Amino acid sequence: MTVASTRPHIPDRLENPWRMALFSWETLLIVVAVAIFIANSLASPYFLNVWSLSDLTFNFTEKGLIALAMALLIVAGEIDLSVAAIIALSSTMMGMAVQAGADTPVLVLIAIGTGLACGIFNGALVTRLGLPSIVVTIGTMSLFRGISYIILGDQAYKGYPAGFAFFGQGYVWWVISFELVLFIVAAFVFGVLLHRTSFGRTIYAIGNNPVAATFSGVPVERVKFILFCLTGLMSGIASICLTSRLASTRPSIAFGWELEVVTMVVLGGVSILGGAGSIPGVVLAAIIMGLVTFGLGLLNVPGIVMSIFTGLLLITVIALPILWNRLRQKGA
Amino acid sequence: MLQHARHGPVEKSPARAHEPVLALSGVSKSFPGVRALSKVSLELYPGEVTALVGENGAGKSTLVKILTGIYQPDEGTIFLGGKEVSFSSAYDAHRAGITAIHQETVLFDELSVAENIFLGHAPRGRFGLIDRKRMVAEAAAVLKRIGADIDPQARLRDLGIASKHLVAIARAFSIEAGIVIMDEPTAALSQKEIEELFALIGRLKADGKAILFISHKFDEVFRIADRYAVFRDGESVGAGLISETDHDALVRLMVGRPVDQIFPKKKVEIGEPVLTVSGYCHPTEFEDISFELRRGEILGFYGLVGSGRSELMQALFGVTKPSKGAVKIDGKVAIIRSPEQAIRYGMVYVPEERGRQGAIAGLPIFQNITLPALKRTSRYGFLRLAEEFRLARQYAERLDLRAASLDRDVGTLSGGNQQKVVIAKWLATIPRVIILDEPTKGIDIGSKAAVHEFMSELVAQGLSIIMVSSEIPEILGMSDRIIVMREGRIAAEFAREEADAEKLVRTAAGIGGAA
Amino acid sequence: MTRFLKSREALLLAAILVLLALIALRFPGFVSPANLANVFNDTSILIILALGQMMVILTRCIDLSMAANLALCGMVVAMINAVIPEIPIPLLVALGIVIGTALGAVNGLLVWKLDIPPIVVTLGTLTIYRGIIFVISGGEWVNAHQMSPAFKALPRMVLLGLPLLSWIAVVMMGVMALFITRTPLGRAFYAAGGNPTAAIYTGIDVGRTRFAAFTLAGALAGLSGYLWVSRYAVAYVDIAGGFELDIIAACVIGGISIMGGIGSVTGTVLGALFFGIVKNALPVINISPFWQLAISGGAIILAVGFNAQAERRKGRLILRRAEA
Repeated sequence: MTVASTRPHIPDRLENPWRMALFSWETLLIVVAVAIFIANSLASPYFLNVWSLSDLTFNFTEKGLIALAMALLIVAGEIDLSVAAIIALSSTMMGMAVQAGADTPVLVLIAIGTGLACGIFNGALVTRLGLPSIVVTIGTMSLFRGISYIILGDQAYKGYPAGFAFFGQGYVWWVISFELVLFIVAAFVFGVLLHRTSFGRTIYAIGNNPVAATFSGVPVERVKFILFCLTGLMSGIASICLTSRLASTRPSIAFGWELEVVTMVVLGGVSILGGAGSIPGVVLAAIIMGLVTFGLGLLNVPGIVMSIFTGLLLITVIALPILWNRLRQKGA
Repeated sequence: MLQHARHGPVEKSPARAHEPVLALSGVSKSFPGVRALSKVSLELYPGEVTALVGENGAGKSTLVKILTGIYQPDEGTIFLGGKEVSFSSAYDAHRAGITAIHQETVLFDELSVAENIFLGHAPRGRFGLIDRKRMVAEAAAVLKRIGADIDPQARLRDLGIASKHLVAIARAFSIEAGIVIMDEPTAALSQKEIEELFALIGRLKADGKAILFISHKFDEVFRIADRYAVFRDGESVGAGLISETDHDALVRLMVGRPVDQIFPKKKVEIGEPVLTVSGYCHPTEFEDISFELRRGEILGFYGLVGSGRSELMQALFGVTKPSKGAVKIDGKVAIIRSPEQAIRYGMVYVPEERGRQGAIAGLPIFQNITLPALKRTSRYGFLRLAEEFRLARQYAERLDLRAASLDRDVGTLSGGNQQKVVIAKWLATIPRVIILDEPTKGIDIGSKAAVHEFMSELVAQGLSIIMVSSEIPEILGMSDRIIVMREGRIAAEFAREEADAEKLVRTAAGIGGAA
Repeated sequence: MTRFLKSREALLLAAILVLLALIALRFPGFVSPANLANVFNDTSILIILALGQMMVILTRCIDLSMAANLALCGMVVAMINAVIPEIPIPLLVALGIVIGTALGAVNGLLVWKLDIPPIVVTLGTLTIYRGIIFVISGGEWVNAHQMSPAFKALPRMVLLGLPLLSWIAVVMMGVMALFITRTPLGRAFYAAGGNPTAAIYTGIDVGRTRFAAFTLAGALAGLSGYLWVSRYAVAYVDIAGGFELDIIAACVIGGISIMGGIGSVTGTVLGALFFGIVKNALPVINISPFWQLAISGGAIILAVGFNAQAERRKGRLILRRAEA
């Protein structure tokens, strides 16, 4: 600190960013995605067809929309297990509105409003009352879906207006579906939000060390609250797509999706303990899961067996980096 | 009455008192970025108290963790009762009869006193079930033996901190531990409780136990210890009989150079009041705090651990909520409810627990530095990377940070360099008042000097500093004025010229005759 | 005695009595001894499972896979019984327990050896176990007529006026109370969850303690698997679907702190009973069973909020200490 000339110059970076990117988790995901793509095209003659590929995207767009917001939430060190239940509740609310004669714009507003309200409820319980998010959202998971059951029982809502079908069944251009476009736009927005804004930076700081983030003047509770709201909002939007695609609402709609969304996020390289992860990784993970489920579907594997795969994938994907680190430490 | 205890292979014959019961030699331990212990040795003798002294970061707590089996040493040997041992887990050390009583009592709030004492070695009755009646009776006996008036059936959470200490000590008795480690046992105790603890240590000695006594307080060391061992920067720098040394010699060993030469405090023109605090209260942590801080001043806050200094600073910084009182900055009332607002008023707080509250280990250096100053490096909420690197470099170089590159994670740096990052991060907000809480705790001598020099530089530029420190040389060497806190209140205030080590210690501990 | 009166168990007991009194005002038949015995019998499986979950939560973990574990064990014993009715029932029960233990041990191993957050592990194994049921059963049901009479009769056997199922719950309550308060492992659950760092210093292996909790919870789920399929005389992929939430709700209502280290057998049993009474009362007071899910959810949120309020502010209290 005495003589300026003795100070060593500290470079910004040592490694070339392109070189770092080459050895990243995202690169590995791209390789896996390509491998599954090739395997699928070898396994089924029906796979390599633009309409098949277009259908494939429906396997991940709705879950992917939620995964984008969930990724931010998990990076911040929280989790929301109620997302699938929010879909059910939003869908039920839309169904009720349809019975009351509401038209498409109103339905969209209702779904978004319901999702947002559920997110606010979760966020308030976690940040205002300081409750652990895992337990809170396990509770709201059954509360939200429970309300759907109270309203619907074993009934179903049908009769959605014709214009409403566009969100889940419409195509913007040729084979490019509305859902796919929505997902791409959302991925871009969330990518910029997480990686290019100071809000995104604070999310990483919170996930890494919430106490130090507080001491650094980061409004930790407010950021977390906003993230819960975003997750609720995206679940509401996903509900519009799913309800429109199925053209009906049952209280069991999107059952078990929370697990697939969390798996998607973790597979995308987001640390379940918070503090690390990227949106490109989550997008790639969404595509991989879409490829796998679509491929298994082509091979006539039933859905519940696919869920074994999802469960195994979830545990493996978390266990692998842990084992990898442990091996590396032993070697060092 | 303690016949059930199967532990404690330690011989207690006083005839062998000249032979160490525990001997460490050449023990080293490294962590990423730090060498915590480097070939240290230590000997403990039965029926004797060995005081381990050293500054913060000298490696004392690492040593305790090695002795209790939490860490495994990278190299070196441990001899216990003449035989070489290695502890692969805390359980091993526990079984070998080594027990530790920690700064923060490590017990279980939800269990009863008797269960806390006998956890892991409770007397068993029929079917191998815990014999509760006998456990309570034996707990009562042990408590009585150490002179503690505690109901063995009370739940631990209902006890005060001093009673919890006694329970921990009773536990040490109950497992017939041959070796008792006391890590800052008096830190949170009142004078009366300390006296009781010392009486107890006397009884432990008479029982033939070897005691490792870790303390910052020299008066305690000279009163209670038979031997001493000094660590500095992870190395053993001296050991011997207390009767053959004196206060100054120990300090010299500990610090490595004469005390009065190390502080670069320059004379700075003291200006008008910047921060005025009056009648400041907190429902549980502190009461009736009033002081003012002037431009260009370093105001030292001294006190024992748990006297409420950090709690006061955190309330000022908006982390916790005070119940009463007013804070004025530049004569205007400032309402601070969150760190965010404090930063806006130009007041920052460099917290004591660097790992937990200061550095964000998993983020790169430049992101740590710009975190509280993101407004400066972003436009319309969007980050400008080049600007971030520029700002980070500016402060990193000003603080003489040693790092391979600015995108390295802070977790890979040494303690001293981490502290520089934390300080850099606060300077990047261009503050006017800096509160430093134990700014040199646990960092190496070189970094320490850099931090002190930098403090002088800052006040010379017209900033004001509040420094909370438990290191007397640092407080005396750096402060223009010193406030001593005791039990959540301001006990006394000294000008730089009138303060000395003895006055501070006496006031902080509440011993009459000084304040 | 005064200590009990101030405890949350007493509060919960009072709440249950008030609840019963309110129901009795409109439907006196509900509180007749015979009906209450019915309600208890109906809640028995929930009690057994909640006791298992209690151990896991005490160690600061959570097991979401208990219901799936139950369903898998139930399916296995039901299928074996349907194919080879000659195998003695006690052997089948033992088999159910063994499988349940193994499934619980898988959870425990992943938590212990790989340090994966328990919520993620059990969320994963929950779907895997359900998937395995589908694979082994091919999605088919095992119906009442395929089960041997002895298989169905065991839990219904009446002893001293109560069905065996109720007695099993009573015995489990007693065993668990002894286990949790009077064995080193039982106390280690509290230590490992209440203060993991301190537990290590006391020589308790926190990971292994958690493993033990998951394994024992698995054993109880295995036992419940047999009890469930024989009591309802049917086995299919989705039996006890969503029941994991009821189990957690019972624990949380019973005052088991989700942050670990706090809770008692009495509280857990009362929590389960509270839940069982509400469930049984719904049809009596004419509310659709579709309300159940929302009620579990609401109960979890309320109970967690209530517990958190009670535990709040245990930090350092300098002033109070100075006065003491």
